[in-house]
Amino acid sequence: MTEDRKLDQDVMREPVIEIKGLYKSFGDLEVLKGVDFNLQKGQNIAVLGKSGTGKSVLIKIIVGLLKPDRGSVNVLGKEVNQLNAKELDALRLRVGFSFQNSALYDSMNVFQNLSFPLTMNFKKLSKAEVKDEVMDALEAVGLADKAKQMPAGLSGGQRKRIGIARTLILKPEIMLYDEPTSGLDPVTCTEINELIVEMQERYHTSAIVITHDLTCAKTTSQKVAMLIDGSFTKSENFEDLFDIEHPQIKSFYNYNFTK
Amino acid sequence: MNDKKPGKYVISRGLDQFFIGVSDAYRFTTRFFKELFKPPFYFRETVNQCFEIGLKALPLISVTGFIIGLVFTKQSRPSLEDFGATSWLPSLMGIAILRALGPLVTSLISAGKVGSSIGAELGSMKVTEQIDAMEVSAINPFKYLVVTRVLASLVTIPLLTFYCIVVGLLGSYVNVNMEEATGFIAYFKGAFSSIGFLDIITSLVKSLFFGFTIAIVGCYKGYNATSGTRGVGRAANQAVVLSMFLIFLEEMLIVQVVNWIRYF
Ligand SMILES: Nc1ncnc2c1ncn2[C@@H]1O[C@H](COP(=O)(O)OP(=O)(O)O)[C@@H](O)[C@H]1O
Ligand SMILES: [Mg+2]
Repeated sequence: MTEDRKLDQDVMREPVIEIKGLYKSFGDLEVLKGVDFNLQKGQNIAVLGKSGTGKSVLIKIIVGLLKPDRGSVNVLGKEVNQLNAKELDALRLRVGFSFQNSALYDSMNVFQNLSFPLTMNFKKLSKAEVKDEVMDALEAVGLADKAKQMPAGLSGGQRKRIGIARTLILKPEIMLYDEPTSGLDPVTCTEINELIVEMQERYHTSAIVITHDLTCAKTTSQKVAMLIDGSFTKSENFEDLFDIEHPQIKSFYNYNFTK
Repeated sequence: MNDKKPGKYVISRGLDQFFIGVSDAYRFTTRFFKELFKPPFYFRETVNQCFEIGLKALPLISVTGFIIGLVFTKQSRPSLEDFGATSWLPSLMGIAILRALGPLVTSLISAGKVGSSIGAELGSMKVTEQIDAMEVSAINPFKYLVVTRVLASLVTIPLLTFYCIVVGLLGSYVNVNMEEATGFIAYFKGAFSSIGFLDIITSLVKSLFFGFTIAIVGCYKGYNATSGTRGVGRAANQAVVLSMFLIFLEEMLIVQVVNWIRYF
């Protein structure tokens, strides 16, 4: 399976995200200092990095939630900073964003959480169509029986999966997963990893998977990039990354493989 | 947002932040008017919010309106009794409740009940990234959350004010009826005798201003909440404090303007 996916990815060498010389600071805190990054069509890249290095900031810039100080961010052929509100919305429908803490709407039940983005964006859908789409997405994440529940009554892993389903329901071409497995038990982690792989295979999405977990990175992604001190390490393959002599890379490696 | 190092302030830390806050709030308010007329229009959600706001404030306004009408009448009686003028009570109370007490009581209670809950709700949506989640799914959270709530408040607070005035007059009537055995019709004839058209319009305008203030302040504070659960509490609290302050300020200004019109 892994072989096939590697082949696929060589065929489709068409960038969906291209970032050049990206800088972002908050007041005196310089978070991103010259980030260069490329994501090819059909490819998943795992982004590693210690917490607080700006991984979330990076993907928030990609969807235009945060404005960069300078640098170019090109997503699906569109320069994100130069879009007007309408164009940005059109782009956002093509890019799925799964939040670190799921960000489910707590005033709505699971079904409404999923139907909300659908009905708000596609007013012409009939009730039955919406219901079908929602139940399909819930089945895809294995939680069809939870449709009537409120988010407050779900476990962390279930919330994450609902969050992912809510993103997938808009059929995005790119998925941005912000720490999809952090804080979960190993069994649930594996389930989520499988879900990410399945989504890539079923919908041919490209994805950025932010994670601390090398197993997650290796199962879900073909390439890896590590964010250190505001920019990415040169290497993009798992093998090469750990040849680099850098204390942060070493401690990542040691933490994940000498437990 | 405390972005700056000491020494980099234009005036001083506190004053800088105050002016930044004022300009933020100004931009938030003008954004409301810009987004108000742009589609899509969330009519259903606006109606939902009307019920939400109305039902939240209704019980407390009923009780408070009635008691204030009753107590004010009771407390005003002795000073009129000295002149043997207790028959003026209905008309006095009519003016007092319609011009001042009704709008003020309604808006202060709504600031406490409605403003704080809008602040807390939007604040928690902000800190748990639910507002960002709407934005990335191409839903305009400002339209969906802020515009609907402000419109709902603009409809509901005047209705609640009118209701409060009626309940307050009833409270007043109960007291007058117990003491002087004045009949229902006679009481209300008296109460309405000195109420003019300008009084009614003024109360309506006031309640529109108050309703706008309560909702926009709650939304503004919630939308700008920071730093976790403490930020949510702070947003709710500041929403109440700031909107009450603004309500008194507006009350004062409107009364000045109306007096000027009245005697011009
Ligand atoms: N909206 C913001 N305002 C100010 N500082 C922020 C904001 N968002 C993130 N930061 C800061 O940027 C740094 C990187 O944050 P983040 O991207 O969330 O880290 P992580 O790599 O763990 O996802 C942190 O120090 C954080 O405090
Ligand atoms: Mg993060």
